[in-house]
Amino acid sequence: MPDGPPRGDGSRPGPAPAHGGGASIDARVDEWSRRGLTGTARSDLYGPTRDPEDISRPPDPEDELAPPRWREDFPIDWSKDEFVARRDFARFLVLTSGAFVAGQGWIAARQLLRRNRPPPPRQKVATLSELPVGGVKDFSYPAERNRCLLVRLAEQELVAFSQSCTHLSCAVVPKVDEGVFLCPCHAGYFDLRTGTVLAGPPPRPLPRILLEIEGDDVIAIGVEERMVG
Amino acid sequence: MRTRRHLTRAQLTVIVNGVVCFVLVLVVLQLWLLTATMNAFLGGDSAVVWPALAASGACLLLNLGLLRYLSSTR
Repeated sequence: MPDGPPRGDGSRPGPAPAHGGGASIDARVDEWSRRGLTGTARSDLYGPTRDPEDISRPPDPEDELAPPRWREDFPIDWSKDEFVARRDFARFLVLTSGAFVAGQGWIAARQLLRRNRPPPPRQKVATLSELPVGGVKDFSYPAERNRCLLVRLAEQELVAFSQSCTHLSCAVVPKVDEGVFLCPCHAGYFDLRTGTVLAGPPPRPLPRILLEIEGDDVIAIGVEERMVG
Repeated sequence: MRTRRHLTRAQLTVIVNGVVCFVLVLVVLQLWLLTATMNAFLGGDSAVVWPALAASGACLLLNLGLLRYLSSTR
């Protein structure tokens, strides 16, 4: 049913409220000129207009002497106001400070575990005959979940690095022609020869796998984690 | 007998603001310490782990002291 024209007093007849429970609409809110501004919100969402003098105020002498003008437009009771006091904010900061100490403690605990870790094993990862110059082979070292890349740069020059990017552990991709490892997640570039960061967000070089060549065998003997290349 | 000096509201406001700012600076320092220590640890450098833990703990103790002082200035 279409709405009729507005009446002379500013209100207009409309369909019955669609809200459940038969809630009536406050005539002040549902006035025709306010349609679109307030919609047809239930009248109980709006409290009756109160005298600013009836609103409780913060215990501030300056506020008592010269109340700010905004209080007339936003008459909020002091007791109902939701705010974060500076002391509560300071408590939250101290709680955060405790969380940081817990994080430092976690790193220290990991350090103790790392100190007691057995040295990495010697492990054959490839043979020279299977890897041509410019070739790449992936392998796992020292654990199965630690993926690594072995690159043969020259006849007797091999390098191996962890495949996990030091930014967010995405798998890096070797670009032998360009002389780089590329992390496709966030465009991180590492030098193919040294594993140092050339560009992008990675904070550290790729961990280097220490290698030994015994005859035709390429043997991994350790992992070198580095802060700088 | 030592009596507590009465502070005006304006003075208390300055004190509380100053303490909150100081606590905030200490927390930011701790955040930097944590990220730097994590970076060093993951890079294989474990020399900074224990000094950083001690420094962060000292910051926490200082923060707790400041919070206690803040609670006593009501």
